[in-house]
Amino acid sequence: MRSLFAKEITSIAKKNKKVVLLSGDIGNRMFDKFKDFAPERFINCGIAEANMMSLASGMALCGLRPVIYTITPFTTTRCLEQIKIGAAYHDANLLIIGTGSGLSYSELGPTHHSLEDIAVIRSIPGIRILTPSDPEELKVHLNESLLLNGPTYIRIGKKGEPNIFSKNNNLGIGKANLLKKGSDVLIITMGPIVSEALKASNDLSGENIDVAVATIGSIKPLDKKFLIEQITRNYKYWITLEEHGLVGGLGSLILEWALENSYLSKLKLKRIAVESKFINRLGNQDYTRKILKLDSSGIKETIKKLCLN
Amino acid sequence: MNTDLNIIAKTLRRKIIETSFRARIAHIGSCLSCIDLLVYLYWCELKINPSESENIHRDRFILSKGHGAPGLFQVLAAKGFFPLHLLEEFGKPGSVFHEHPPKPGYIAGIEAATGSLGHGLPMALGMALAERIQKLEYRTYAMLSDGECNEGSIWEAAMLASAQKLNKLTVIIDYNKWQATSRSQKVMAIEPLSDKWKSFGWDVQEIDGHDFSQIENSFNKAREESKPSTIIAHTIKGKGVSFMEDDNNWHYRIPNADELQRSIRELEDGL
Repeated sequence: MRSLFAKEITSIAKKNKKVVLLSGDIGNRMFDKFKDFAPERFINCGIAEANMMSLASGMALCGLRPVIYTITPFTTTRCLEQIKIGAAYHDANLLIIGTGSGLSYSELGPTHHSLEDIAVIRSIPGIRILTPSDPEELKVHLNESLLLNGPTYIRIGKKGEPNIFSKNNNLGIGKANLLKKGSDVLIITMGPIVSEALKASNDLSGENIDVAVATIGSIKPLDKKFLIEQITRNYKYWITLEEHGLVGGLGSLILEWALENSYLSKLKLKRIAVESKFINRLGNQDYTRKILKLDSSGIKETIKKLCLN
Repeated sequence: MNTDLNIIAKTLRRKIIETSFRARIAHIGSCLSCIDLLVYLYWCELKINPSESENIHRDRFILSKGHGAPGLFQVLAAKGFFPLHLLEEFGKPGSVFHEHPPKPGYIAGIEAATGSLGHGLPMALGMALAERIQKLEYRTYAMLSDGECNEGSIWEAAMLASAQKLNKLTVIIDYNKWQATSRSQKVMAIEPLSDKWKSFGWDVQEIDGHDFSQIENSFNKAREESKPSTIIAHTIKGKGVSFMEDDNNWHYRIPNADELQRSIRELEDGL
């Protein structure tokens, strides 16, 4: 996803002279093409994210469209107050990209895990939160965000994420997509971990459990119409799947939505997310997803337990 | 000219204290220490037309020490950014005039919401970069308090401004030697402040922040520099009212009726 980001932001910046790319000293050669044609609009802000976020707000107030890029914990929780005050309170037209989200940098340890970013940013008024699942969805989110007023946070993966969507999907800010139909269980997920959900769904079809898979794409704004449509389908269970902590993420969001709209009685929900504790014994993303039961086997196991009990 | 500026500053000092008394607004000491600097900036230095306060070429001024807002509001009203009578709402429930500057759009002339220290200078840095990128024609100014230099983000901004050679960015430090609860030197070893800024790559001048001639010279020099400039303005917290001067209780205290009258008498002297 990060390669697509570099390519797409370069293409957008060629057309939109207001776009400025700010990097927190990462990206190395990724942005060479951007730097070649617009060196004055690429600024390496150093390893100083609080300053980077505030200066982006200052730029936005003077007519630019800054795009802030660094690893997710450093562009979210590290500078949370600057997001709250500089970006959100000022309605600044800026875009925050968190790269390597969730457990993408699993083996780098809890310093590089982002399992609370959505929870904390969701609590701030006036900021969009987008969670594209593949490069194509990221491309759409990027282009749309830069045409809208106010701040946007886009949570992306790292590299090698498979393409998920086809031309039939309805991509865009505030648009959820049903990727696979099913009648027993609905998995709602966000981000590249959707590939684990799709695999689990395929595996379960051999065991006579019919699992639908949807991506939410946009945490704020939420596709409420899509959720209401899904409620009418009377699945036995809803599963939320997220590479994020249990507290305050997608599962919490769906629960809050159901409570506020009086759907709780129609919803049997199981949240698959990371328990609220730090991960000390490390491995790569696949390893960590597996031990946390976020991988296709873990998802399968959870769904089977639900359906067979 | 300096006589006029002194008269303006004395008048605004009185208004700050009267407003504090009426609206129960604190931070008098911090407002009185920077009011001479604010008066010079708005009467002599900044290229901002109050009737075109959103002109893209205007100079940008950020009160990074947001708790000085009661002083800035008086300056903006006196300069005609908004009608003077709006300040009658100061401190009332539902008013936009309270202890800190709100975000732009609520009070003409306010460029950024400050009050959480350490945000204003980085925002000003972004504004200075925006000027360069868009080839506009303005200078950017940020006024900091000495206590605010505790914040790490100030030094992050200082390093980047230096790396980017932002010679159209000027910092003014209202160095009144106090922060909220103690001497600034005692809390965070702020000295040698001048050497710190120099070592971060800035041009540094030290002046008496209550002497208009020195203030004028320092801004004139800053405009000629090829790197960002810091003007360290040595000031006195509570300046202008004898019993408030250098008494840090006036960071939070609000005058009673007797103190108000004594202040007014002192400030009327020499007018």
